[in-house]
Amino acid sequence: MQNNILICGVGGQGIVLTSKLIAATAMSKDIPVMSAETIGMAQKGGSVFSFLRLGEGLHCPMFAKKTADLIIAFEPAEAVRMLPYLKEGGRVIVNSHPIMPVTASLKGSSYNGSEMLGYLAEKVNDVKVIDGEAACEAVGSPRALNMVMLGQAVKTGVLPFGIDEVEEVMAKTVRAQFVEMNSKALRLEI
Amino acid sequence: MHSEFLMGNAAIARGAIAAGLNVVSGYPGTPSTEVLETAAKCNDGGLYVEWSVNEKAALELGAGAAYCGARTMVTMKQVGLNVASDPLMSLAYIGVKGGMVIMVADDPGPISSQTEQDTRTFAGYSKLPCFDPSSVQEAYDMIQEAFEYSEKYHTPVLFRPTTRVCHGYASIVVKDEAECKRVEPEGFVRDPSKWVIFPRLSFAAHGAIEKRNAELSAVFSGSGLNKVSAGSGKVGIATHGISYTYVMEAVKALGAEPAIFKVGTPFPFPEEAALEFLKGVDEVLCIEELDPVIERGLTFVCGKYGLDKKIKGKLTGDVPAAGENTCDSVRGMAAKALGIEDSCCEAANDAPELPVRPPVLCAGCPHRASFYAVKQAMRGQKSVFCGDIGCYTLGNAMPLDMVDTCLCMGAGVNIAQGIGHIQPDTKCFAFVGDSTFFASAITGVINAVYNQADMVLVVLDNSTTAMTGHQPHPGTGRTMMGQVVDKVNIEQVLRGIGVKFVETVDPLKHGEAVECVKRAAAEKGVKAIIFKSPCAVLVKGKAPVKIDSGKCINCKKCINSLGCPGLVIKDGKAAIEPSLCVGCGLCGQVCPVDAIGGG
Repeated sequence: MQNNILICGVGGQGIVLTSKLIAATAMSKDIPVMSAETIGMAQKGGSVFSFLRLGEGLHCPMFAKKTADLIIAFEPAEAVRMLPYLKEGGRVIVNSHPIMPVTASLKGSSYNGSEMLGYLAEKVNDVKVIDGEAACEAVGSPRALNMVMLGQAVKTGVLPFGIDEVEEVMAKTVRAQFVEMNSKALRLEI
Repeated sequence: MHSEFLMGNAAIARGAIAAGLNVVSGYPGTPSTEVLETAAKCNDGGLYVEWSVNEKAALELGAGAAYCGARTMVTMKQVGLNVASDPLMSLAYIGVKGGMVIMVADDPGPISSQTEQDTRTFAGYSKLPCFDPSSVQEAYDMIQEAFEYSEKYHTPVLFRPTTRVCHGYASIVVKDEAECKRVEPEGFVRDPSKWVIFPRLSFAAHGAIEKRNAELSAVFSGSGLNKVSAGSGKVGIATHGISYTYVMEAVKALGAEPAIFKVGTPFPFPEEAALEFLKGVDEVLCIEELDPVIERGLTFVCGKYGLDKKIKGKLTGDVPAAGENTCDSVRGMAAKALGIEDSCCEAANDAPELPVRPPVLCAGCPHRASFYAVKQAMRGQKSVFCGDIGCYTLGNAMPLDMVDTCLCMGAGVNIAQGIGHIQPDTKCFAFVGDSTFFASAITGVINAVYNQADMVLVVLDNSTTAMTGHQPHPGTGRTMMGQVVDKVNIEQVLRGIGVKFVETVDPLKHGEAVECVKRAAAEKGVKAIIFKSPCAVLVKGKAPVKIDSGKCINCKKCINSLGCPGLVIKDGKAAIEPSLCVGCGLCGQVCPVDAIGGG
């Protein structure tokens, strides 16, 4: 059993922690893990990604196009950018809130993400759109987006563990004052 | 033994510690930085760790420790090796007593570097043994072997992972603390015939090095560092590093079983292992990143032994000359070479136009304010703006557009002088960050003062090495051993060199900053402005500013002059993105109708 998961978004959205928690939870169940992510200059407002692979017999932390079981996208255009990696019948979870790059502001672009969400709906059978802003409001923190997305990813059943196991690892990983907020975000009903 | 989930760079540091590391020095640079940082984090007090002022200093310090019998590691990125190459070339002749590994991270792509140079080629040029790991686990294991070889053969060795190994993560098997080696250095033993380089010594050493490398080629061939796996068919694949893992994934997906030659020691090239591999095939595809090192090695072996084999790769146009490989590109190349029909990687591209996201200066970055102040002050005057290496290279982006040149660490200050001597009517500016100033710009300023240049040096002092993740440097007053020390004062350094005009200004006070630039530009000779304001990522930001919609005339001057990610267009009007704005207040000073306030 192998899982290929792709997490993508824009620098600063908490993608690295999401990836780390999935990896640590898999490790806690003795499942081998490999991952690769964007580090360096591109993090400054650029598109960032994390490739994550779980299972036996892995050679390489990245995977080929059309082989991801699940894409967790923190931004609509980034979901579309990474869509070529999704396998036939793979699933997508996407935050609907767009992040406008400086280049778009300068050009007076009207990018608002809706065209991207439309394209995803047309191309992918199983796409779940999350209103990230509303979810963060419900949790009570603008920094809860990554845990909301992770909770929804676990609910797909694609990952080889459940929400209790993720929560246990999260509680050991993040600082004590954030545990309660993160638990609420992980378990948020949407 | 136990298993841990580690980044490649962390695994390298942990492997070095398991090998009995005594000293580690280096200079930050993506993708190498986390090696030294991990070593510092794991330091139980028995290790000496430092961020040196540059790679040359780091390597020379490491050499001194290795002369004493200490196990030393020096870390840098590939372009850092250029800075360290002067001591390295000579050290290859002198040799070491304690194991010395020079950890140089290469960056195919390049993803965050100026060049696509290949440290494997540098290994051949400097005649030093080179180790090329392909995975996080192998990096951990291989660096321990690298120390053993270094000590046994009394030579520094190169260890060169690439970005995808450095920044890949994997759950790997590591040694428990009790299993790690401990090394007690013997100390420096005086012997001028050994440690003092002279032409006669170099002549003898050259002969000995060539003899040793021939011997090492045979030793490496018989070791597990290079792997030949037999396969079916007459086409084989030779590969290395992360590309080896792409090849393994590709042949699995294609259902093929070609012979594979994995080269873990590109120099000295393992000739005997190559011969064994070539025996079973008629044709070889060399899948490499950066230089065609294996391809040249195999072509040489074929010529030397009179073998009638076809060697393909970058030199024959079968593998792209530049850029990094991917799972998909390698699968495509392998399928073609093996004669397998494969259409998996071809995806229809009917996606809507995607917003491009080039890296930008952060919201509230003081560099933006510095560039904007110089731009305003020099409006209408003939000027050239020489940039340098660091976050502030991003000052090239629109709308600031304030970087006319960028070459390598510390080059800007000298390039500005060269332009000034040819175009005396041009105001020549050189921008340099604080860490880069200490690393390699001070000699350039001395050159400018002594040789009567006419230029303005602008030091962008944000009190950290921001681009690589906030490492300390001589101006920060902190060391990697946890000491709080006297800061080296940039203003005093400049005055000591003989720069008469030195002013320190807060770039976020826009009016004062512009006036200062105007004063500096009007003077003759070498002038220096220090724009001092801390990195926006390191200080707790103020509350986001607010736009008074009653006052805003929707001219968008704030957006169009500054290009700050904290300023966006919402419903056709300028708006603040509260999750990014740190309340630096620069946009408020730019607004012609005073509509932006707070912060």
